[in-house]
Amino acid sequence: MRFLLQRVAFYLFTAWAAITLNFFIPRLVPGDPVQSLISRNQGRISADAIASLRVLFGLDSDRNLWEQYVAYWGQLLHGDLGLSFTFFPAPVSQVIGDSLPWTVGLVGVTTVVSFLLGTALGVGAGWRRGSWIDGLLPATTFLSSIPYFWLGLVAIALFAGPGSFFPSSGGYEPGLVPAFDAYFLPSALQHSILPAATILVSSMSGWILSMRNMMVTVASEDYITVAHAKGLSERRVALSYAARNALLPNVSGFALSLGFIVGGTLLVEIVFSYPGLGFQLFQAVGAKDYPLMQGIFLIITISVLVANLLADVAYLLLDPRTRKS
Amino acid sequence: MSDQVLEIRGLSVDYGIGADAVHAVRDVDLTLHRGEVLGLAGESGSGKSTLAYGLTRLLPPPGVVSGGQVIYHPVDGPPVDVLTLSPARLREFRWAQTSIVFQGAMNSLNPVHKVSTQLLDVIKAHEPRSTAAGRRARARDLLRLVGIAADRLDSYPHQLSGGMRQRVMIAMALALEPQLVIMDEPTTALDVVMQRQILGQLAELRERLGFAVLFITHDLSLLVEFSDRIAIMYGGRIVEEAPAARLYAAPLHPYTEGLLHSFPALRGPRRELAGIPGSPPDLRAMPAGCAFHPRCPKAFAPCDERVPVLGPPEGGDPTRAVACWLHPPVAPLSR
Repeated sequence: MRFLLQRVAFYLFTAWAAITLNFFIPRLVPGDPVQSLISRNQGRISADAIASLRVLFGLDSDRNLWEQYVAYWGQLLHGDLGLSFTFFPAPVSQVIGDSLPWTVGLVGVTTVVSFLLGTALGVGAGWRRGSWIDGLLPATTFLSSIPYFWLGLVAIALFAGPGSFFPSSGGYEPGLVPAFDAYFLPSALQHSILPAATILVSSMSGWILSMRNMMVTVASEDYITVAHAKGLSERRVALSYAARNALLPNVSGFALSLGFIVGGTLLVEIVFSYPGLGFQLFQAVGAKDYPLMQGIFLIITISVLVANLLADVAYLLLDPRTRKS
Repeated sequence: MSDQVLEIRGLSVDYGIGADAVHAVRDVDLTLHRGEVLGLAGESGSGKSTLAYGLTRLLPPPGVVSGGQVIYHPVDGPPVDVLTLSPARLREFRWAQTSIVFQGAMNSLNPVHKVSTQLLDVIKAHEPRSTAAGRRARARDLLRLVGIAADRLDSYPHQLSGGMRQRVMIAMALALEPQLVIMDEPTTALDVVMQRQILGQLAELRERLGFAVLFITHDLSLLVEFSDRIAIMYGGRIVEEAPAARLYAAPLHPYTEGLLHSFPALRGPRRELAGIPGSPPDLRAMPAGCAFHPRCPKAFAPCDERVPVLGPPEGGDPTRAVACWLHPPVAPLSR
């Protein structure tokens, strides 16, 4: 328990540091959002509007950096991440809120599926060394060395195109309104197949390989021989003794990969123009939309930290040796 | 009920298949009687552990049993050849009839499961009809048997000391009251005080429960004291077998003599510690004839040509056997 509290305290500190950096970095960049908004509108903004924009963006010059920092924290705690330029006047939190479900839905589901499938196959391959699953390994290793986005481009070139079942871009049929109904859901599913398959194919083999190798390592441990000598069923030895122990490194890897769900597949989303957070970040960078970038970075930071905490907790639950009594 | 528990007949174990195979155990005959402690001693690489793994069919690849029989005599029922049991029958046989305490006390317990889990699953696997409460009570009794407080049941292996872990393994080995317990260097990793304590306890438990023990070690001094009979292994073969006291008093094989001279006697006149010159044979390139002849101080004409056969020595002490040309068998066998 004390260990856990220490970890939480550590992550809170890290979060504070990340948020503080997140506050300062844009303020160290030359120019400010109002300037870029003015140039975007080519001078068609009145002086009053400029003044109110400055207030809106928290750039009124009579406040010093410390006051701004305090105000920034106040806003953050209210969930206020500022206004987006590209989607002006939509607040950043709304833009993120709109695209987050797409990313979590696509990348989250594929990450979980790829972990479960990969680990299960890895257990099989490691336990029965030399079976047909081992024959798959060179192929999966080859696939895992291909970058996501390139595989995505190949997938689009091969499968998408005029008249194909697979759409080449977007998250759903243009003209549909996002809602949980019989028109929208099938369309969203159809749009997600190609990007999901791309991620699955290239990420699963990593899990297979690491799980297989751990299984092979664990299978030569003395306690596995003892378990055999005890006359336990093959299944019990394979799962409760070998896989249970071999799983440990994979589980922490999985918890860490959860942290990268939010920002990790930027390129896949770009290739497929998928309306997720990565694609949004790409657009924000192109449009110098600092508040949106800041907001997305914040979300990514927090999710990585939460994933790290999850990894710690998972390890604590799975490996009694890490628990301090 | 026959007097024997286990008869090993002509057991050979190879590592690898074909011409490159290493013959780690060659044509071993060994009989264990009910309730006796048979010590198996030899240098590292003499094949003692391989013999134990071979007869329980636990050989890790590329080990294969290349010949022989391992006849087990259950208390009730006909004898069975362990080497030909079906996988399901083999699982039933394991631990219930023959349990093993392994070399690595530290690594024999799964670090992520509680002691109770590992004690209970073996009882459950062999007695599926037992109740959870009954199994737990049995596990508590077992721990008490080896002198560990019953509340240690819910400890994880890393919370126990090395000696406690090995005692847990011994408790586990006795869980199903087997007829035979194989102990493969059970105390090698422990300090001498703990070693003594555990061996004392083991002797006491054997008195009480009456199981036979195949005790494998490189420490001959331990066996002289602890076992009823001793078999000496060299280069994959048994070279001498005799009651412990007689083997200690009058070793017949020069190798046994060398082993006995490698540790000091506690009583009697002082003697020179000699050791054995040279090193154990390379199993891939065994010398012709007797495997020991390159190191043997008494080697003579036939030693480097013909392999001596294990048999009772001249002058007829039927309780012992030796494979040495110095003591040719009464009825020479030709193999």
